Amino acid sequence: MIVFKIQKKLQAASGEMLLDLDFIIKENEFVTLYGASGSGKTTTLRILSGLTTADKGMITVHNTSWLDTDNKVQLPPQKRKIAYVFQDYALFPNMSVRENLSYALEKGQDKTIIEELLTLMELEQLQHQKPAQLSGGQKQRVALARALVQKPAILLLDEPLSAVDNEMRAKLQDYIIQAHRKYKLTTILVSHDIAEIYKMSDQVIVLENGKISKKGTPEQVFSSRLVSGKFQFVGEILKIEKENFVYIVSVLIGNNVVKIIAMEEEIKDLEMGNKVLLASKAFNPILTKID
Amino acid sequence: MIDFEPIYLTLKLAFCTTIILLVLSLPLAYWLAYSQLKSKVIIEAIVSLPLVLPPSVLGFYLLLAFSAENAFGKFLDQYFDIRLVFTFPGLVIASVLYSLPFMVQPIQNGFKSLSKSLIEASLLLGKSKTETFFKILIPNIKKSILTGIVLTFAHTIGEFGVVLMVGGSIPSETKVVSIAIYDEVQAMNYHNANVYAGILFAFAFVVLLCVYSINHRFSKTSLLQ
Repeated sequence: MIVFKIQKKLQAASGEMLLDLDFIIKENEFVTLYGASGSGKTTTLRILSGLTTADKGMITVHNTSWLDTDNKVQLPPQKRKIAYVFQDYALFPNMSVRENLSYALEKGQDKTIIEELLTLMELEQLQHQKPAQLSGGQKQRVALARALVQKPAILLLDEPLSAVDNEMRAKLQDYIIQAHRKYKLTTILVSHDIAEIYKMSDQVIVLENGKISKKGTPEQVFSSRLVSGKFQFVGEILKIEKENFVYIVSVLIGNNVVKIIAMEEEIKDLEMGNKVLLASKAFNPILTKID
Repeated sequence: MIDFEPIYLTLKLAFCTTIILLVLSLPLAYWLAYSQLKSKVIIEAIVSLPLVLPPSVLGFYLLLAFSAENAFGKFLDQYFDIRLVFTFPGLVIASVLYSLPFMVQPIQNGFKSLSKSLIEASLLLGKSKTETFFKILIPNIKKSILTGIVLTFAHTIGEFGVVLMVGGSIPSETKVVSIAIYDEVQAMNYHNANVYAGILFAFAFVVLLCVYSINHRFSKTSLLQ
């Protein structure tokens, strides 16, 4: 369990901002931090990992105190056992994929973890290549694999999927979920993508100007009313066409375009580019705006 | 007959200067690149001073400082029996100060060009700052270090003003090639001056050729890496 209670003054574009957070994350939970840029998401990850210092507060992870400004406890980043995947991946350019992973080994640690991770992330073919030869998605997998070498309990992902195309994104999300389950991690992801959040998270924490504005499951946070559906997907509206008395709404879900028939009253607050939740209740799929 | 002593002395001076500067500049450049202190601009300005200062000015102040008449020189003479005026060690110290920016600046730029997340990633993998410095930072700024080494070496060979002020022209002690050329011209020995000048000219060209071809090779391999 992670108990996080922090205050820090930040210089934001709009002036001074107080990051003031108080949340608890259960063990093995997958949590997403969501919010506009500059709302303090990355800083939260950095404070948790020890790369940035907080002005005041405490962090307790699995009953160990990592930070307690009242009692002058401050564990350095080296001792926090955190897997951190940076936005720019931070792969060491002078080392091959395998060397990047080996560098992460602790003294005397069993080397079989390297093979295991290379296999899990499907990197065996690439293990002798240097980072500059890899595509964005491949670098992402290497960064994830390297972060997991030391078998940390916590995985932090700072918008790791923002620079890859949709198809790759879906695949990488699967890799992350796989790692999250296999190594029983507590994972915190920074993301802007609601579809991604729906797919991956147990809990969403929405930040607004350094404060938590909403907290809960993705459904609680993003749907104004709860939908009880048999199945549900999140997608984006590509186009709305009128056909006789009904409307045909094309929704992009993953890489598929799904066409849905809707009545006039259903589409009245929908427009192109809206994120929607597509759920089936009984037989007719229904569309609900979620953003 | 040409005396080869100045050539040997020049190379020895350049070699000593480069080694000392490399050892000094790695930590100094690291500090300049990453320190958050506001007062570091003062150090930055001091390091770069030799770029704009006439060599004779620097040489003049060093001459005063090293002189046994003044406190620093007297102190060295009395307690360590070291005399730096008109001696080879004095020449090395003067060269180190004079060539400082040529070593520090390329290395500092090298550090700055690296993403800060490389260091942070290494720390989060449980590695110490020292290990990060030697295993992550240094290998990734090899090109900058090499540029610094070559520039410092070449610049030391090309020195004249500082060397003349601090070292004078004592054969086998402080008479380097650039001084020898001046002496030979003064003595109307144009043939010898020509040979020395030709050697320096060819050397400077070869050095620059090396720097550029290494840079080209590095930029090609870094694309392939």
